[in-house]
Amino acid sequence: MKILRQLTLIIGLFLIGDFCSNVLHFPLPGNIIGMLLLLFLLITKIVKLSMVEDVADFFLNHLAFFFIPAGVRLMNTFGLISSSIIRIMLICIFTTFLVIVTTGWSVQGVVSLNGKIKRRRDERNNI
Amino acid sequence: MNAITSNLLFGIILSLIGFEIGLFIFRKTKFPLFNPLLLGILFVIGVLKLFNIDFEDYDRGASFINLFLGPATVVLAVPLYKQLELLKSNWAAISVGIFVGSLVSVVSVILLCMLFGVEEVLTVSLIPKSVTTPIGIELSKSLGGDDSVTVMAIIISGITGAIFAPLLCKIFRIINEVAVGVAIGTASHAVGTSKALELGQTQGAMSSLSIGLAGIITVIIAPLIFKILM
Repeated sequence: MKILRQLTLIIGLFLIGDFCSNVLHFPLPGNIIGMLLLLFLLITKIVKLSMVEDVADFFLNHLAFFFIPAGVRLMNTFGLISSSIIRIMLICIFTTFLVIVTTGWSVQGVVSLNGKIKRRRDERNNI
Repeated sequence: MNAITSNLLFGIILSLIGFEIGLFIFRKTKFPLFNPLLLGILFVIGVLKLFNIDFEDYDRGASFINLFLGPATVVLAVPLYKQLELLKSNWAAISVGIFVGSLVSVVSVILLCMLFGVEEVLTVSLIPKSVTTPIGIELSKSLGGDDSVTVMAIIISGITGAIFAPLLCKIFRIINEVAVGVAIGTASHAVGTSKALELGQTQGAMSSLSIGLAGIITVIIAPLIFKILM
């Protein structure tokens, strides 16, 4: 019963998100709106973690399984990519490198900037 | 054969078996290239080809699995909620990092695709390549892309990050544990996060926090950048 109730809440939020996206034309996909809604409800404690946790854990622990059908459809669309498959792979690999380095540097940059500001403030307070 | 393949459950059991085999091989080898999802997809395609089974026969049952993609995205709010605490200590650095990473991802994919003359429908499908699959599939569809290409691009990005992130961080002197975690999660979602968890607890937690945030940021900025650049 608990599982079914949690599933009702989760599917319900998804359908509300879907409605906002498709009928009210919010500029975000329905599933993202559903996710943000759930996040909001959790932060405001309107929904307790225990009210969704079992079903959430089930989905999260087996998330990759749900993408198998979408991936298998590649056998139908292979004609579309076969001529550019090498280019696609290189672009994916190279841009992933790029994102790792730029993200890492940005985080480190802000951390050390924060450190400098704090040190300067401390020095000023000492005078 | 037809009696089996015409059953709606055929597509579901074939996907389940493929995924279990993928999981088994991944757990035995622990090598990122043997990604369970990738192996599962290859297994199903292999079986369909080998026994000359129509994709439509498989898809009639498998489309029921697709139905749960929406709810599976909604529950991503749960880990995000649990990890939101982590944002408090370093929120400026983390959010700047994720924003820059998502921006670089989308812009570099579009520019490189233009440079190499990749067709527009493929370019659009590659845009969400660094975000978690349920968000990526939806973003790809809303931009007019093909979700099967997107799934492939997301798997490649995940595997790339899981294999090369530690080396890249060493070469480019990314040593701060928070920076390493955010970089891996932003670039290669959950697949990379499994590697980040091996590097340390902070790296793992930061990486998984970044999955959800990078997804949200990418969904918001990608359509805008797409309009400007294409």
